[in-house]
Amino acid sequence: MENTQAHSGELTLKQMVEHAVDVEIQTCYQCGKCTAGCPLNEEMDLMPNQILRMLQAEYPDYEKEILTSTSIWLCLACDTCYSRCPQEVKLPNIMDFLRQESIRRNLVNPKAKNILRFHRAFLDEVERNGKLNELGLTIDYKLRSMDLFQDLQNAPSMLFKGKLSIIPHKVQNPSEIKKLFKKING
Amino acid sequence: MRIGYYPGCSLQGSGKEYSDSLFAVAEKCGIVLEEINDWNCCGASAAHALNHDLSVALPARTLALAEKQGLEQILVPCAACFGRLANAQQELVSSEPMREKISDYLDMPIKGSARILTVFEFLQEHIFPVADQHIVNKLNHKTACYYGCLLSRPKELTRLEHPEDPMEMDKVMEMAGAIPIDWAFKTECCGAGLSVSRTDIVAKLSAKIVEDAVSRGAESIVVACPMCQMNLDLRRPEINRQMDKKSDIPVMFVTQALGLSMGISADKLGLNSHFVSTGKVVSCVGRKEL
Repeated sequence: MENTQAHSGELTLKQMVEHAVDVEIQTCYQCGKCTAGCPLNEEMDLMPNQILRMLQAEYPDYEKEILTSTSIWLCLACDTCYSRCPQEVKLPNIMDFLRQESIRRNLVNPKAKNILRFHRAFLDEVERNGKLNELGLTIDYKLRSMDLFQDLQNAPSMLFKGKLSIIPHKVQNPSEIKKLFKKING
Repeated sequence: MRIGYYPGCSLQGSGKEYSDSLFAVAEKCGIVLEEINDWNCCGASAAHALNHDLSVALPARTLALAEKQGLEQILVPCAACFGRLANAQQELVSSEPMREKISDYLDMPIKGSARILTVFEFLQEHIFPVADQHIVNKLNHKTACYYGCLLSRPKELTRLEHPEDPMEMDKVMEMAGAIPIDWAFKTECCGAGLSVSRTDIVAKLSAKIVEDAVSRGAESIVVACPMCQMNLDLRRPEINRQMDKKSDIPVMFVTQALGLSMGISADKLGLNSHFVSTGKVVSCVGRKEL
């Protein structure tokens, strides 16, 4: 297998991960504990240990396969893999990086779009008020996903039980949070 | 010593009874919790999934405000918020360039030196020593202590003695006169933040948890995380469909259970605002020993 990127001087995905996350991908020796303990292994298209093996290969087609997988979006960051890894490979942090890279290269799997929409709706709500308002988040997500009726039956009882607040909670000066988002997002 | 308090967004919304019951218990024991002024959202799963710097900066702002307020320890009852605050703190203290970058983003000095307490540490250090004087009732039922992910792992942050089979919550429940059961799903994941975007997955994962607790004879599930509580309680219709049978096992916060044993009213503890009725468990309080 020819490693074209390594020869062209461009960073491979493995190198990018190692640069961003304090981890040595090469140390994984494929014991498979991460996959065995993963609560979402049944749902994933690439198993966690496969993702590590494919990163080790530094092969462009594999990189694309990883970044278009649904696995990177399904990972719940439950930390079971990392806490059982004999080599202490921080897979949840690797998954975070892979998600961000998948967005950057416009490779997000269509099946993961609703998960991404939810994350975006969540952050937009935080950017607006500095705090998360579950009612605002739910409405915003529903408009993005057009999944308008799911959960509708829960809203009245949640309002009644005082679990949803109509008046949004905010930090004292929301523009301070907006400025922070702007600085970070450039 | 003063104890700072970070409620986080859930405890002002869907997990309000966690905060209500925590304050009721603290008040009973004469402990004052000092809320961090002007705290903000920790960013939760969304920030660390989409933007690493943001996932450190958001909790860092709250930590910086706590420092400004002179708080040397902060209680973070929500498991997810605890994870984000503790993670951010670890990054701030282990990398000087990161600390400088974040301090620059926030335009605030930050050391990241406050001690961040889990709810278990708070109970052990501040409630246990005085609990004897306040516990007046036995809960008298079998309970499954469900820890979930973020209060169990990673162990560097959660500081549990046995992250694969923790006993911290079991001890609290024993003290409250309940009978904690031995079961297999103590630290499995409920599906957490996929609750809205992939409810099907949450139903599958949470169904395994409910099913194991019930099959081993538990009469309640006790949690310390608002996401876990919401998934196991609000998502019960989906869970029941997944299990193909109906379960009415209630899901309480550990602080609600402890409050009941201290004779605090079910109403004050928010036990009437759950989706699955807690009535049966409340009626066990003080009944004849099992």
